[in-house]
Amino acid sequence: MSEAEEKRGGWFSRLKAGLTRSSSKLSDGITGIFTKRKLDDAALEELEDLLITSDLGVTTAARLTANLAKTRFNKDVDPTEVREALADDLAGLLEPVAKPLTIDPARKPHIVLVVGVNGSGKTTTIGKLATNLTRQGYSVLLAAGDTFRAAAIDQLKIWGERTGCEVIAKAPGADSAGLAFEAIETARAQNNDLVLIDTAGRLHNKSDLMAELQKILRVIKKLDPDAPHDVLLVLDATTGQNAISQLGTFKELVAVTGLVVTKLDGSARGGVLLALAEKFELPVHAIGVGEGAEDMRPFKARDFARSLMGLDS
Amino acid sequence: MFESLQERLGDVFDKLRRRGALSEEDVSAALREVRVALLEADVALPVVKDFVEGVREKALGQEILRSVTPGQMVVKVVNDHLIETLGSEHSALNLTTTPPTVIMLVGLQGSGKTTSCAKIALRLSGKEKQKVLMASLDVRRPAAQEQLRVLGEQALVKTLNIVPGEKPVAIAKRALQSGALEGYDVVMLDTAGRLAIDEELMAEVAAVRDATKPHETLLVADAMTGQDAVNVASAFKEKVGLTGIMLTRVDGDARGGAALSMRAVTGCPIKLLGSGEKLDALEDFHPDRIASRILGMGDVVSLVEKAAETIEAEDAEKLAKKMQKGKFDLDDLASQLKQMQKMGGLSSLMNMLPGMNKAQMAKMQNAKLDDSMVKRQLAMLSSMTPGERAKPELIKASRKIRIAGGSGTTVQEINKLLKQYQEANRMMKKVKKMGKKGMMRQGLSGLMPPGGGFPQ
Ligand SMILES: Nc1nc2c(ncn2[C@@H]2O[C@H](COP(=O)(O)OP(=O)(O)OP(=O)(O)O)[C@@H](O)[C@H]2O)c(=O)[nH]1
Ligand SMILES: Nc1nc2c(ncn2[C@@H]2O[C@H](COP(=O)(O)OP(=O)(O)O)[C@@H](O)[C@H]2O)c(=O)[nH]1
Ligand SMILES: [Mg+2]
Ligand SMILES: [Mg+2]
Repeated sequence: MSEAEEKRGGWFSRLKAGLTRSSSKLSDGITGIFTKRKLDDAALEELEDLLITSDLGVTTAARLTANLAKTRFNKDVDPTEVREALADDLAGLLEPVAKPLTIDPARKPHIVLVVGVNGSGKTTTIGKLATNLTRQGYSVLLAAGDTFRAAAIDQLKIWGERTGCEVIAKAPGADSAGLAFEAIETARAQNNDLVLIDTAGRLHNKSDLMAELQKILRVIKKLDPDAPHDVLLVLDATTGQNAISQLGTFKELVAVTGLVVTKLDGSARGGVLLALAEKFELPVHAIGVGEGAEDMRPFKARDFARSLMGLDS
Repeated sequence: MFESLQERLGDVFDKLRRRGALSEEDVSAALREVRVALLEADVALPVVKDFVEGVREKALGQEILRSVTPGQMVVKVVNDHLIETLGSEHSALNLTTTPPTVIMLVGLQGSGKTTSCAKIALRLSGKEKQKVLMASLDVRRPAAQEQLRVLGEQALVKTLNIVPGEKPVAIAKRALQSGALEGYDVVMLDTAGRLAIDEELMAEVAAVRDATKPHETLLVADAMTGQDAVNVASAFKEKVGLTGIMLTRVDGDARGGAALSMRAVTGCPIKLLGSGEKLDALEDFHPDRIASRILGMGDVVSLVEKAAETIEAEDAEKLAKKMQKGKFDLDDLASQLKQMQKMGGLSSLMNMLPGMNKAQMAKMQNAKLDDSMVKRQLAMLSSMTPGERAKPELIKASRKIRIAGGSGTTVQEINKLLKQYQEANRMMKKVKKMGKKGMMRQGLSGLMPPGGGFPQ
């Protein structure tokens, strides 16, 4: 082993030892932090760290802990009380954005466009929504607007079979705006209550792909100036601070009206949602908690906040 | 939202414009900013903490070079440490074993495994002339096997035929059998996405590992991943065993701190980058580029180093001021061209700027933006009067003929130069409008006129 390698090995083993220490410290959670302690600077810092590891972002985490300090600094606090208090603060911030998707079947059809970066869970979310809505008695039409990714059309068709919904699809490579147009016309002719339009995943910094999405929007508006009635951004809970840039751009360019946060069944907590809620004030309609048709839940501010703080709901 | 580390440190060090060794307070103040910068870039907190301590050790007592500010000095220490941590050496896929080499891709749902599988297969079968077989073990996501089959067709790479209802371990065994019998050099196994905390599915992929003994097990992870990157990477390392990491969607605008997090907790090299949805969007990992991206400043460090050697500081400052005002005349163009010559030509400069992609580089080469052209342009500029350089709009037909005669060029070339100047001027205005943050976000490509870049 060369000297450099040896040094690196040393560094990594030290780092790893450090990590084991810090992660077990964190997993002890706030209970460990506050048992028999005053809420002093050190305790606040540890609390802030805990929020940071949930992706709340440095700024938001710092502000929330500072808020807490205002009322309780240097007081003897019991761990549960602090957690509860912070969870309440978080829930208060999230409450205004916790709004379910409301469907107006009188629109015949109510048009929902689903957008987001690659792999965030758009198609699966459509499958889950279709499951949910057909169960409520609505007739739902699916539009396979992702004509780009390999087998994306087949993927949605399988969801169509699972949910008993008709899928409007064209050949791979077809114009997705044209497809959306056709789907809406079909829905009108058939008297469907809803059209859910899938789109190809795209990174928000790719202007040509965003322009393509804007074209879909324009074409939909030709048929109904008020449509799409919902533009859902599907966000992967594993995403870090980039979610802010994602939502910012999608909102600006395609007028996103609400969010669905997926993959909350994993170890990621989705804390960036707090920054999003404050900055954009867009409704969070639902969360994804698995890959199956049933794995969608309404977004509940209190539950989400408590899970961020490691509390049972 | 994201400030570059340079800016953050600038604020700290504006207050202490001293020279000499970095004091403990200097370093502590700077490291607070480093911590925030890394966290904003999504580096996981435990990794940030250890990293910051590493930098503290290195920075304390460092002599500040006369030519740089304390801020730049700290940036340099941070950058060097970051590159060291990310892995200074380039680490290629390990294909040295007796064929077939088995490569398995694992990761969370939607991280880019299937696409990456096809990208790697395309590269191996093309440039490296390997006979590659791909097999999808993803029996969970609807049409996942079909997805790989279609990508195989696009890449002209063979995929294992799909047998409905077959379980992952059985598919993997069949792939290995075909691989051995039909003389494949490489067998690639694309697995279903799974959560690191899903015990059952982690056990399933471990069973595939036991049945196939992959030579390479790559964790495919999204560059946008947040703090959870450490949990994911260490769980996959522990339960499946990893030989390397592939970071996807680096074509996005995420800072990519996950790269540092995952490299630090697993010790595994980052072997490849995915930089687009198309199958040729596969790149080797360069620690310096990811480092400057995490710190949010292009390749500012080497730019500063190079600039310090060649450009007089005052000149640079003057130009920077003009750029800020959105003012830029032909004298500025001339001094820019001269500096460019000194700094080793256009291409070496462009290499250091963020956001330049291969296509743009190729375009520039096609446009013959080379140094002989720079020389001719300088000749034209020196044949102009100072008045003309300050007010380019004065240069009408008769003046053009005079300048062309004086510099041994043609009116056509003068027109081209003037157009280039207008373009540059427009860019400067855009820089001003975008502000520093816009520059960060879009990189240089944000400045390129549509359809190419520099005037042809
Ligand atoms: N664990 C978990 N997995 C999910 C969830 N939502 C989606 N997935 C999985 O994530 C992967 C990507 O989901 P898709 O629905 O195909 O995502 P997409 O946004 O349509 O992807 P592209 O069309 O490729 O951009 C699939 O493997 C899904 O099964 C969720 O809430 N939890
Ligand atoms: N922009 C971009 N998209 C990518 C990249 N790698 C994969 N994707 C896209 O991400 C989505 C999910 O990829 P896929 O390979 O199906 O992921 P898997 O679920 O892990 O197999 C698809 O839309 C891909 O086109 C990349 O490097 N850049
Ligand atoms: Mg999809
Ligand atoms: Mg896949």
